[in-house]
Amino acid sequence: MDGPKVVFTIPIFGGIEITETIVIGWFVILIVLIASLYLTSGLKKIPNTKRQVIAEMLVGFVNNTVKKTMGERFIYFAPYIAALLLYSLLGSLVSLIGLRSVTADLNTTIAMALVTFVLITFFKIKTNGFFGYIKGFGSPIVLLAPLNVISEIATPLSMSFRMFGNIAGGSIITMLLYMALGAASKALHLSFQLGALQLNVVQVFIPAVLSIYFDLFTGCIQAYIFAMLTMVNVSMAADKS
Amino acid sequence: MEKAIVLGCSAIGAGLAMIAGLGPGIGEGYAVGKTIESIARQPEAQGDCTRTMFIGVAMAESTGIYSLIIALVLLFANPLIKKL
Repeated sequence: MDGPKVVFTIPIFGGIEITETIVIGWFVILIVLIASLYLTSGLKKIPNTKRQVIAEMLVGFVNNTVKKTMGERFIYFAPYIAALLLYSLLGSLVSLIGLRSVTADLNTTIAMALVTFVLITFFKIKTNGFFGYIKGFGSPIVLLAPLNVISEIATPLSMSFRMFGNIAGGSIITMLLYMALGAASKALHLSFQLGALQLNVVQVFIPAVLSIYFDLFTGCIQAYIFAMLTMVNVSMAADKS
Repeated sequence: MEKAIVLGCSAIGAGLAMIAGLGPGIGEGYAVGKTIESIARQPEAQGDCTRTMFIGVAMAESTGIYSLIIALVLLFANPLIKKL
């Protein structure tokens, strides 16, 4: 298992490396942008096109989830949650067309978790005041302050590791299966050379079954869980402690 | 020679780290079983039960994922090799 390949390097600050992850991430952002523009063009009060029905379904789903989990007062979080959901979902699902998953890179998931961490800290300071926030670390007794600091850091860390571990682990298992099936087809003399392309007969169809679980199911569930945990943590931080 | 020992021990360590997969498996099994029980008792609460279950299962999975990360680091980004 190799890390993401470096596509090109920006020659400032000693060379910033632009990896596969970032480039595929741009494509994902572009797809989301085009899809949003297409789905929301020509909106009518009474929908008469299929795309407006789809758009209303998506927006309604996110709005309902935010309302149920965070309450009516946080409804302005819905656009952020929708963006997070779409980016991580499509970022995981690009592996279905043979690209490297955007979320199989720890940098992506840590960046997303850091935004959540900033939001949690912001809402804690907003509700309790700055001194209340500092004082919160010394509860129930001052002796436990180091443990409270660790648990504060553990939230974004566990969120990012969960997403990364699930997606990257799935891709590693798929890769191991491909290697095993390639060796099996070589041993059974079912491997043919078609010019530069090598065709291993056993490799056909069998990985698709695993791909349904590791790509489709895990990608959808992890995107949903990441958004859900963001909502739960932020709304918990906004409650008076 | 030294490198071979470190590499072999890292592989064994990665395998041992994945024993931690036991705990989340048992825990998630309990969580899903209890969810099915409660859905059987109150079928109208299926949506809420399933949503809460997924969050709980994701939480329980964390320890397993940590061990997976340690195994991945030992196998693909071994920090011990550089100390030789």
